[in-house]
Amino acid sequence: MGWAIALHGGAGDIPKDLPPERRKPREATLRRCLEIGVAALKAHKSALDVVELVVRELENCPHFNAGRGSVLTTDGTVEMEASVMDGKTKNCGAVSGLTTVVNPISLARLVMEKTPHIYLAFDGAEAFAREQIDYTQPIKKAPKIAPVPEGDQIGTVGCVAIDTQGNLATATSTGGLVNKMVGRIGDTPIIGTGTYANNLCAVSATGKGESIIRATVGRDVAALMEYKGLSLEDAAAYVVEECAPKGTVGLVAVSATGEVTMAYNTTGMFRACATEAGHAELGIWSSESNE
Amino acid sequence: MGGWAIAVHGGAGVDPNLPPQRQDEAKQLLTRCLNLGISALRSSLPAIDVVELVVRALESDPLFNSGRGSALTENGTVEMEASIMDGPKRRCGAVSGVTTVKNPISLARLVMDKSPHSYLAFSGAEEFAKQQGVEMVDNEYFITEDNVGMLKLAKEANSILYDYRIPIVGLESCGAAAESPILMNGLPISVYAPETVGCVVVDGQGRCAAATSTGGLMNKMTGRIGDSPLIGAGTYACDLCGVSCTGEGEAIIRGTLARDVAALMEYKELSLQEAVDYVINKRLDEGKAGLIAVSKTGEVACGFNTNGMFRGCATEDGFTKVGIW
Repeated sequence: MGWAIALHGGAGDIPKDLPPERRKPREATLRRCLEIGVAALKAHKSALDVVELVVRELENCPHFNAGRGSVLTTDGTVEMEASVMDGKTKNCGAVSGLTTVVNPISLARLVMEKTPHIYLAFDGAEAFAREQIDYTQPIKKAPKIAPVPEGDQIGTVGCVAIDTQGNLATATSTGGLVNKMVGRIGDTPIIGTGTYANNLCAVSATGKGESIIRATVGRDVAALMEYKGLSLEDAAAYVVEECAPKGTVGLVAVSATGEVTMAYNTTGMFRACATEAGHAELGIWSSESNE
Repeated sequence: MGGWAIAVHGGAGVDPNLPPQRQDEAKQLLTRCLNLGISALRSSLPAIDVVELVVRALESDPLFNSGRGSALTENGTVEMEASIMDGPKRRCGAVSGVTTVKNPISLARLVMDKSPHSYLAFSGAEEFAKQQGVEMVDNEYFITEDNVGMLKLAKEANSILYDYRIPIVGLESCGAAAESPILMNGLPISVYAPETVGCVVVDGQGRCAAATSTGGLMNKMTGRIGDSPLIGAGTYACDLCGVSCTGEGEAIIRGTLARDVAALMEYKELSLQEAVDYVINKRLDEGKAGLIAVSKTGEVACGFNTNGMFRGCATEDGFTKVGIW
C-alpha cells in the first residue's frame, strides 16, 4: 500500500546504440519528472494533480513527443492530443487537434472540470482554450529538433499515480504519429484505449495508436483484473504480449494496492517509477539496473 | 444456435408521451432498415457490409439524429460522427466533425479500409473524403426545420438539448410531459431524445460487425465529440460479438460500454444477454443509455435503463421484433 507513481516517454523501436546526446537528456527529464511527482505525492497532493503536473513537465520538454517537441503532420503542422481520467469518479477529459495550447493535458482537465462534455477537438477545443486565459499561447517556433533518425521513435508521454488517500489517476499526452494525416486521431484521447483509470488501477499506454485502439489497452488491463481476477502485473503482461502485435505497445500502470508495472512489447520504453515502499526504477530497455 | 442475426437502433431515451404518429413513423423506418439488412444477409453479404448499408439508410432518413436530420451545434451547423468495427481482426474506422459528407458511416469505413489510420476528424476527415471521391453535399442538406426550431428552444433554455422528434406545433401538447419526473442529462424527457443510430450484425459465417452514427447533442459546443466515434465506448466488435450504444455519451464513455459487453463474455465467460444486463445495470452509475448486441453464435440482445429505445432485431430462425418500449 502507499503511494506509487510511474511515467513514460514513449515505447518504440529505440535503438540500443542510441547516442548519449539523445539518451541522457531524456533520462534526465524522466528522473526530474519522477522526483517532481514523488515530492507531490509525499506532500499529499491528489493523484489527479500529480499526473497533470508530471505530464505538464513532460510536455514542456522538447525531447519527447508531446507539447513542445511534438512531431509534425504531413502538412508540417502540430496537432496535439491528451486525456486525463480520475479513477475514483471515472470522470475524464480529452482534447485533440490542438495547435496553440502549450499544455494540452491541462486543457483536457479543464474540459473535464469546466464543461458538461468529455472530449473537445480542433477549432472547438482551441476556442474553449482561448476562454481559459492561462492556457493558450502561440507555440513559439521552438528550436527545430533535428529530424528524427530512422528508428529513434520518440513517443507519447504519460503518468499514472496512486496518492496517499488511495485514489488513482492517469494522464497521457502526445503529438501523435510522425507524418500522420492531418486530422488523424490516435489512442491517446480515446478513453479506454490509451488512457484509463477506475478504482482498481490506472493505465497510460504508448506505441502504435491504431493497435492500442483495436486492443482497447487501458480498459483491458483493468477488465482483466476485474473480470478475471488477474494481478496488475499479469493483466498488463497479458495485454502487451497477447493482445497487440509485437513492437506496437507499451504501458505503465499502478493498482489500488500500490503496485506498479511497466510493460512493453517494443525494443524499449522510456520509463521511470517509484513506490512509497522504496522501489525505484528508470530505464529504456530491459534489464536496466535499478536505482 | 448459429445463423445470422441483426439488430438496429434509433436511440435510447423516449418521451412516454411521444405522439402515436411519430411512434409509427419510427417503427416503419426501423422495419424498413431491418428488412434491408435481412435481405442483404440472405444474399450472404458479410456482416461489415450489412452494418454499413443499414446505417446508411438510417443516416439518409431525416427521422433520427444522424446524417440528414442530425442535431445542430450551438452555431446552427451539423457536425456528424460515426464509427464502424469489423469483428474478425478487430479492424476499425471512425470520423468526427464531418460537415459535408452525405454518409459519415461510409467515410468511417473508408478510414478503416483505405487509410493507414483508425480515426480522422474535422478538416482532415473532409480532405480524405474529397480524395476518396465520396458523395459530398452542403452542410444545409443535413439541417431540418424541426431541428432549427429545437435549437432555438435549447438556446432559450440555455442548456444542452437532445433532440426530440415532434413537430414544433406539437410541443404545447407536451405541457403535461413537463411534469414528468423523467430526466436525462438534467433535462425533462419531453425535450430529450439522443436518437443516435446503429446496427450490429453477425452473418452466416459467424462474423460480427457494429456501426454507429450520430449528429451528437443539440446545441453542443462545436468540436464536442461524444461516444459514437469512440471504439470501445459507442461501438465495438470482436470475434465474440458486435455492440452499438446510444444514450448519454459521457456515461457511455466513462463506462466503456461496448467494450465491456465483449470483455465480460471474454474474461468472465458471461453469455451475451448476461453481459448486456451486467453492463446496463452496473456500468452506468447514474447515466442513462441503451445498446444492441449480437454474438457469433447468432444470438441478439438489447438492454437499456432508459424508458424506451427505438429498436428492431431479427434472427435467421424467423424471429423479428420492432419496438420502442
